[in-house]
Amino acid sequence: MEFKNPQEELERFRSRLAFAGGFVLFCFALLFIRFVWLQIVQHDYYQTRAEDNRISLVPIVPNRGLIVDRKGEVLARNYSAYTLEITPSRAGNLEKTIDGLGEIIEIEAKDRRRFKKLMDESKSFETLPIRTRLTDEEVARFIAHRYRFPGVEIKARLFRQYPGGAFASHILGYIGRITDADLEKIEAREQDANYRGTEHFGKTGLEQRYEFDLHGISGHEQVEVDAGGRAVRTLSRSAPVAGNQLTLTVDAELQRIAELAFGDRRGALVAIEPATGGILAMVSVPNYDPNLFVDGIDTQSWRELNESAQKPMVNRALNGAYPPGSTFKPFMALAALTLGKRRPEQAIADPGGFNFGGHFFRDDKKGGHGMVDMYKSIVVSCDTYYYVLANEMGIDNIASFMGQLGLGSRTGIDIEGESKGVLPSQQWKRERFKKPEQQKWYAGETISIGIGQGYNAYTPIQLAQATATIANKGVMFRPHLVKYVTDTRSGEKRMIEPEPMRRLDLKPEHLEVIKNAMVGVNKEGTGARAFAGAEYVSAGKTGTAQVFSYKGAEHKTETMQAHLRDHALFIAFAPADEPKIALAILVENGGFGAQAAAPIARLVLDYYLLGKKPKAPARADEDAVEGDPE
Amino acid sequence: MNPGFGLPTLRGWWQKLVAPLDGPLMAITGLLVLLAFGVMASASPERLNAQLINVAVALVIMRVLAQVPPQRLMHLAVPIYLLGILLLVGVALFGDISKGARRWLNLGFMRIQPSELMKIAMPLLLAWFFQKREAMPRMTDYAIAAVMLLVPVGLIARQPDLGTAILVLAAGFYVIFFAGLSWKIIIGMVVAGVAAAPLAWNLLHDYQRHRILTLLDPEKDPLGKGFHIIQSTIAIGSGGIFGKGWRSGTQAQLEFIPERHTDFIFAVYSEEFGLFGNLILLVLYALLIGRGLLIAANAATLFSRLLAGAVTMIFFTYAFVNMGMVSGILPVVGVPLPLVSYGGTALVTLFLGIGILMSIHGNRMLVQK
Repeated sequence: MEFKNPQEELERFRSRLAFAGGFVLFCFALLFIRFVWLQIVQHDYYQTRAEDNRISLVPIVPNRGLIVDRKGEVLARNYSAYTLEITPSRAGNLEKTIDGLGEIIEIEAKDRRRFKKLMDESKSFETLPIRTRLTDEEVARFIAHRYRFPGVEIKARLFRQYPGGAFASHILGYIGRITDADLEKIEAREQDANYRGTEHFGKTGLEQRYEFDLHGISGHEQVEVDAGGRAVRTLSRSAPVAGNQLTLTVDAELQRIAELAFGDRRGALVAIEPATGGILAMVSVPNYDPNLFVDGIDTQSWRELNESAQKPMVNRALNGAYPPGSTFKPFMALAALTLGKRRPEQAIADPGGFNFGGHFFRDDKKGGHGMVDMYKSIVVSCDTYYYVLANEMGIDNIASFMGQLGLGSRTGIDIEGESKGVLPSQQWKRERFKKPEQQKWYAGETISIGIGQGYNAYTPIQLAQATATIANKGVMFRPHLVKYVTDTRSGEKRMIEPEPMRRLDLKPEHLEVIKNAMVGVNKEGTGARAFAGAEYVSAGKTGTAQVFSYKGAEHKTETMQAHLRDHALFIAFAPADEPKIALAILVENGGFGAQAAAPIARLVLDYYLLGKKPKAPARADEDAVEGDPE
Repeated sequence: MNPGFGLPTLRGWWQKLVAPLDGPLMAITGLLVLLAFGVMASASPERLNAQLINVAVALVIMRVLAQVPPQRLMHLAVPIYLLGILLLVGVALFGDISKGARRWLNLGFMRIQPSELMKIAMPLLLAWFFQKREAMPRMTDYAIAAVMLLVPVGLIARQPDLGTAILVLAAGFYVIFFAGLSWKIIIGMVVAGVAAAPLAWNLLHDYQRHRILTLLDPEKDPLGKGFHIIQSTIAIGSGGIFGKGWRSGTQAQLEFIPERHTDFIFAVYSEEFGLFGNLILLVLYALLIGRGLLIAANAATLFSRLLAGAVTMIFFTYAFVNMGMVSGILPVVGVPLPLVSYGGTALVTLFLGIGILMSIHGNRMLVQK
């Protein structure tokens, strides 16, 4: 055993204590170096990160621009309302949450379906509305029970509202929640930052076309947030700038009268101001209520709209392509004059049809119209005159002239998705068909083109544009719905399309012939019954487009099934000498143009020129017939 | 009744009350506790009252311990240690599970955490053990001491509670170190420890490995395991030299700092008082430790010396491990900031230690040799 030396032992202990003390100081020095590193050397970096943590930029969605008609009537506006919203990722059991909410606030099956559809289209961390337009009482009730529902909150949001309901829906279009496809458009315009808080995007109509005008500039609020992402207080705020206002060329009252004039018939009407190309009314009926889409449409309503045989979602004015029927004749006559194929007074004998290559092309009047000159050919709508004329002119001459008038090409109206229609020509046929025997154009095919049948198919807006061009002495405008866009900040008005797009090389004396003949239609021809007693001089032309061809058989429209009846067409402009309005009307399965379409034109022109308001939809004139009214 | 009689009586009573207390130790502790209330008022004002009660209870315990002579403590060493082991075994068999670890023992009327007791019981026992071996300790003694140390450490690590296991291990090791364990063996152990690190890695629990990995690169998992460290380093770094001001730390007030009233309270303090505040805290701890080492140096018996030295170094271990983990240079183990973090158990343990130091100081060598 070692001898124990207390002094030595104490010394050794104390040296160990000293070592421990040294070790403590060393470790504390390490800590201090670490603090210097973090708090001096890296301070700026951590300062920034702390600020990033704390400050969050919350976008403030701007008020969407208003849409008003040419007289200032509001067609689309915004209102603020409370919505009940769920963030699925935070709500836990969704079914239970919604059931629970249903006990305090009325939630219809429709709301559930709509929510389900929204969920399928969105990411789970987005907040989605289950109910919109809560009453104050419902808000109060929910707030009392809020603790029971994590991930559910009440928000005040701006909603788009179309005060007229279904009125003018095919012009206005609608907005819906932003989809991936919309995001691509936003990115392409480098508007990502501006759309950070935006939830809606124009889907169709003007809402779509003028989306980036209507949207406005987002404001933002710098808010301090805690670790849970809740806003604690506002640090600074920049106000949003409301979207630009659209002032339309459309006359809302005229539009309303035009829509009413259709009654429950299907069809389209386009009325254009010939001197500017501004659209005064554009009807496609039946229409739909765009308000349904604003807070997300439920699946059932969506299916009903899309699967309806009435096809309310189709904009017939732009996307319906119909054979023009006899409304094609004034254009054919003008082509003949311009190309020198006919003089106005040159008359042909009409034996009641035209024999070509063993096939007899029938006139709609048995026995024919007798001697027919250009005036009479339009007034009585003589088919034989145009069979012969078309055969003489040839398809390519017809196609190139009609192409000049804008038929068969997109008019360029300020709504997206317009159809081209079909302007038949040799080249068109070659491109349209695959088999060589189908690609060949047969001379016999040209003959029915002359009376607006055959491959011909044009949209109502094309017909309206062509009519307006004739009315405007060959000066053609791009039809447009927006007159000007008012910049919210500067108050500046940006005019849309004030310049003509084309001036056709048409002789005034030729235009005069056509105008006189069309005035004759409404005075003593197929339009005379509809325009009896009119206090203005109007020019018009009726048309009937065959939906189904009964070869050789008598046309018995009354006995035909409704969907096999012919489409009724009418084009017109008035007053004839100083046209203020030109229009094209189509009534699907309406029968003769004189029966169904011309009376609508009368109501529209009476209001626009005289301010007369009709009391009821245009009555179909079952006694009117296509052809000589004697 | 003599009206002039009350005051001297009161003064006498007060003098009797403070007699066993060490002035400097009391002053440093007082400053730390005041500082702790200040930080708590910012980090979690609603806990201020509870913490006041904790401190009051702990002060009473400290005062009681300060009057218990070291000889009496020596007699208690073995029973307390055995009780501690018994309770740890009880925890392993019947303990309550909370946050994935079995640490608590429900006695019916209260829940206790026996591992906490071991932080004092361990140095007490080892100091007693070396006192008994009055001769120069031999290798076998160190080996026995090591076994007595590793049994409770193993039990605690199994719970698992790495933080407490490290503190208990450190407490025991300090006694062995002060008892004179040869440097050769210490260095040998360090070398062996480094060599065995890969082996130890395999023995660690998943969550313990995660903590180490997170320490190495917290940004790898900024919303998961790394969140604590990232947010606390941001808090410290953004505090700068003079801090953002009391109750003005954005990281703290907006709740970005996790566990901000317990293990991460240092981040709150550091954000609001900056490098300057950190320096003050380090100095206070250094003074506390310095005073403790001085008491150890002048202690009368081997038992007192070893106990005082080890208890002092426990304070250092708490402070260093806590500040190290919050500032991101040590892995996150559950160690509170001594005398500052909220929580009664740790506070009682620490004041118990201070009471022991005061008792040893009161029974120091009266004549300097």
